[in-house]
Amino acid sequence: MAVITYRQALHDTLREEMLADENVFLIGEEIGVFEGSYKITAGLLDEFGHKRVRDTPIAEEGFVGAAVGAAMLGLRPVVELMTINFSLLALDQIVNHAAKIYGMFGGQCSAPMVLRTPGGGGQQLGATHSQNIELYYAFVPGLKVVAPSTPADAKALLKAAIADNDPVLFLENLALYNTKGEVPDEVAPAEIGKAGVVREGSDITVIGYSRMATVATQVADRLQQEEGISAEVVDLRSLRPLDRETIVESVRKTGCAVIAEDDWLTYGVGAEIAASISDGAFDYLDAPVRRVAAAEVPLPYAKPLERAALPSADSLTTAVHQTLEAVGHRR
Amino acid sequence: MTEIHMPRLSDTMEEGVISAWRKRVGDQINRGDVVADIETDKAVMELEAYDEGVLEKILVGEGETVPIGTPIGLLGDGSGSAAEAGPSTSAAPAPEAEESGQDDTSASSEQSGMGTATRPEPSRDGTSTGTGQRPKASPLARAIAREKGVDLSTVTGTGPGGRIIRVDVEAAAERNQGTASPAPSATPAAAPAQQEDPDVEEIPLSNIRRVTAKRLTESKQQAPHFYLTSAVDVTDLVAFRADLNERLRASGGPKVSVNDLVVKACATALRANPSVNVSYRDEKLFRHKRIHLGVAVALDSGLVVPVVRDADRKSVSEIAVEGKEKAERAREGKLKPDEMTGSTFSVSNLGMFGIEEFSAVINPPEAAILAVGATREEVQVRDGEFVARKMLRITLSADHRAVDGAVGAVFMQQLTSLLEDPIRIIA
Repeated sequence: MAVITYRQALHDTLREEMLADENVFLIGEEIGVFEGSYKITAGLLDEFGHKRVRDTPIAEEGFVGAAVGAAMLGLRPVVELMTINFSLLALDQIVNHAAKIYGMFGGQCSAPMVLRTPGGGGQQLGATHSQNIELYYAFVPGLKVVAPSTPADAKALLKAAIADNDPVLFLENLALYNTKGEVPDEVAPAEIGKAGVVREGSDITVIGYSRMATVATQVADRLQQEEGISAEVVDLRSLRPLDRETIVESVRKTGCAVIAEDDWLTYGVGAEIAASISDGAFDYLDAPVRRVAAAEVPLPYAKPLERAALPSADSLTTAVHQTLEAVGHRR
Repeated sequence: MTEIHMPRLSDTMEEGVISAWRKRVGDQINRGDVVADIETDKAVMELEAYDEGVLEKILVGEGETVPIGTPIGLLGDGSGSAAEAGPSTSAAPAPEAEESGQDDTSASSEQSGMGTATRPEPSRDGTSTGTGQRPKASPLARAIAREKGVDLSTVTGTGPGGRIIRVDVEAAAERNQGTASPAPSATPAAAPAQQEDPDVEEIPLSNIRRVTAKRLTESKQQAPHFYLTSAVDVTDLVAFRADLNERLRASGGPKVSVNDLVVKACATALRANPSVNVSYRDEKLFRHKRIHLGVAVALDSGLVVPVVRDADRKSVSEIAVEGKEKAERAREGKLKPDEMTGSTFSVSNLGMFGIEEFSAVINPPEAAILAVGATREEVQVRDGEFVARKMLRITLSADHRAVDGAVGAVFMQQLTSLLEDPIRIIA
């Protein structure tokens, strides 16, 4: 067991998988000589050479398309899209090619590829470079979307994503790269599509993924310590497939839920979760499901405005209090 | 029309006091304007407007305390339509953010430090909360009610907007099982303190008291009461009663009380004024063709109201016999439920305690109740002379949704005239 950063966990996993399977190769902008914009691929070019660590031109559609082709022919490309914002340039390759090939061609070949990419705001990168648009991909049948929040999950899910025969969008987060956590020496691949109850509780269910799952856990810990509130935290880990069972089971137990998401509220991931709760736990709800999400604006650059627009531990805490009040907690 | 709500200004805040309104009705309000000072459990803070408009109505006055989410004022376009629209319900705090569902929780809560001041009223909540047939209840509360056989219409909701939530149904279920558990307190903050105070003991609620509390609270919250008091010269009535009782005794008849005469006079006056013998329910007005009078009886366990049916068709002595017999059985707890329901008008008399006059709470679904005080000898002026007369003060409480002031006044006029000319009561 070692305590390492999320960044380190990703790096170590890429290296291990490349050592284990020579069909695994990396492709993306600045990942080789520059060692990656966020240094996930540091040292890998030196170790594995240009054939397996491919620097590309700034041409997302081109290199994602190349990866789709490589995957169809049996390789296991791991694409790095510098941020999820740039994935928009490769949208056609991802949505119309990678996601469709298996189904449209009668299962003759699949596209076993991973699109690693960080989302998230809060870094003063401006509206175009700070988005949380994983929903665009979670919407598409044929794709899988995973979103680990801890170093251990990052490792287990990246292994699973590389081993998976479907194209997997692997969502990272700029705010998580430096976070630390315990990672077992031996990590088995995760089961994609399985959420985790990362903290058990009985008063309320808080559901999050990626950065907001860690915020949810912090908030739950603090509420337990300071107010004796027992909040259960569900970390989705996977947006597609979505583990509705775990969500519903938790809400059936607690009777109320708050969803924490970094994306925009309207049509956001939380809306799908809320609908799932309504489907599976309607008779167990003692209060309407509440969502905490980003303000519906292009994310401002100015620090105070950016902070105000993003969901936070404070806004989540307020939402939990409001919901607990609505169910007459401690009355 | 936009409601300004009592904002949540701190995490522990449950209610707030309007310490001062900084705007007056008719003032133009712009976003960010300070409209009021709110005293929370921690400090006095400024409430900033989140919407613009003209402050058309102040719903909560200075010094008043209301739960967060309660509408405290109405913003409009200045046309004054707010005055007509009125508060949705002052009794039930308007739903908070979670009711609207569309609310961007993060944005609003991030800014809640300085006031999620106003918010459009959720349309689905409409204007007629509280009077609908289907009580507002969470799905969980409904499921538990189904499982435990709790009738939701008997449960008072303590959730946002009066929603019945799990704790309410569970408390009701426990009550139904007869276990001595404290009823949900209307003032949650005070309840725990009372349990710890050795100088205060909790008295288990009798069923009568529980029902009285619920129904009279509903009455005062939903029925806009108004009051009409008349001073009745009952000098003749008292003499008439003495005369009547003498004759009845001679023939082996019962003894008639002043109250029996008042009850009979009410029945007669109601027959002449059917507009008072009505009920307002679910935004509908019902006129009762029969006149059933409830006569309040005080018991140690609470208040019961036996009903004298068709009082207008019974003689005073029949009313006296029936009233006495039912009051006795009420004291023994042997009144059947159907003997305590169905009244269309009630009479409450505290004269035996020397109460000069008082105002009674309407007994729903009736639209009016008569409060009868004590007969006292008083100095009156008659034809410019001081004279000693026996005076009785009677006060009608009426539900203004069903009975207008003038209608009630005519009724009182006729009732007074009957009581002052008592031979007509038995006519």
